[in-house]
Amino acid sequence: MRDESLLALLIVIAPLSLVAIGGASGIYAPLQHQTVDVYQWLTAREFLEMFAIARVTPGPGSMITTLIGWKVAGLAGALVATLALFVPACIGCFVAARAWNKYRGTEWHTAIETGLRPVAGGIVAAAVVVLIRLAETGPLSWLVLGVASLVFVLLPKIHPGLILAGGGAAYVAAYFAGFTAL
Amino acid sequence: MALPQNPPLDSPPPHVTPHVPLLQLYRTFFWVGLFSFGGGVSAWLHREVVNIRGWMTDDQFFSGYSLTHVLPGVNSSNLVVYIGQHLRGASGAVVALLALLSGPFIVVIGAAVAYQYLLQVPGFQAAVAGIAAAAIGMLVRLGYIAVRQATTGVVPVLIMLAVFIPVGILRWPLVPVVLVMAPIAIALAWPRKPKSNA
Repeated sequence: MRDESLLALLIVIAPLSLVAIGGASGIYAPLQHQTVDVYQWLTAREFLEMFAIARVTPGPGSMITTLIGWKVAGLAGALVATLALFVPACIGCFVAARAWNKYRGTEWHTAIETGLRPVAGGIVAAAVVVLIRLAETGPLSWLVLGVASLVFVLLPKIHPGLILAGGGAAYVAAYFAGFTAL
Repeated sequence: MALPQNPPLDSPPPHVTPHVPLLQLYRTFFWVGLFSFGGGVSAWLHREVVNIRGWMTDDQFFSGYSLTHVLPGVNSSNLVVYIGQHLRGASGAVVALLALLSGPFIVVIGAAVAYQYLLQVPGFQAAVAGIAAAAIGMLVRLGYIAVRQATTGVVPVLIMLAVFIPVGILRWPLVPVVLVMAPIAIALAWPRKPKSNA
């Protein structure tokens, strides 16, 4: 029974690894369908709760699969569900990275690297805008975001954990001060 | 003795990839993973790997960054595999991936077990939202660096805008945009050789 669940987790999750191109948002619909409707490992409400937990804890939001595995088969399930999500894609990435690094120093490699520079710039800039839109932006989030950005840019040696903690502390202070327009 | 031709002034000295012990790689990425909230991972990786430790150059980092965005999989885990592979080959890639995931693995399960209690802690959700807002600031810094190092002329700026506007403003899916723009950008950066039969 237990081995069957582990195998089922693997079968459900491993293909999703390769579906997630350009971000993990593509996996949630098929993941919910399989785990809630098909296998009935969890209710829709549990799925949403796990989604929320995975979002607010460190690590990729797609680690919702870790929680699904935990629910289905305990620690072994969590391990299988986590590795099933990450390993297939990472093998692909490893092969690509090795091929890429093998040709380092050749003229065309340098050209590709130079050419990709502005592409990366565009991707990061777009990611900033997309994330700001996703966040529930109110005056306080703009303030925290702005101050954090300034500190990160001007004082790069400061440990990022301190700034993240500062953001959390600012929100908590605002919460206890009754400032609701977060 | 005739010196070789001087390199252009703006070309940096050649970067030698240092030998990074696997334990150090694990420790570094473990902490990055443990604090990786909402999009700040790549920025923190850049800080550790390029700024603080000098394991990679900006060009090496950002070319991998672009690469991992068009490959299947989660961007942050792909990026650490790329970095680990670059530094230490296969063992580096495995260690980097396990390091990134092991902290969150424990925390996410702990949070799920404690979920009902955490919700009752006053201010818990506010703290989480504040951390997420500050994490975006980290990404702003990476954006600042990425944009600055790519602003070397009119063409790169136009390419940057041609990626940024569709993805960031118009909300088009990233992968097709990058798959179209990357070859164009590379073609424009391709070294122009004098034609031999000219």
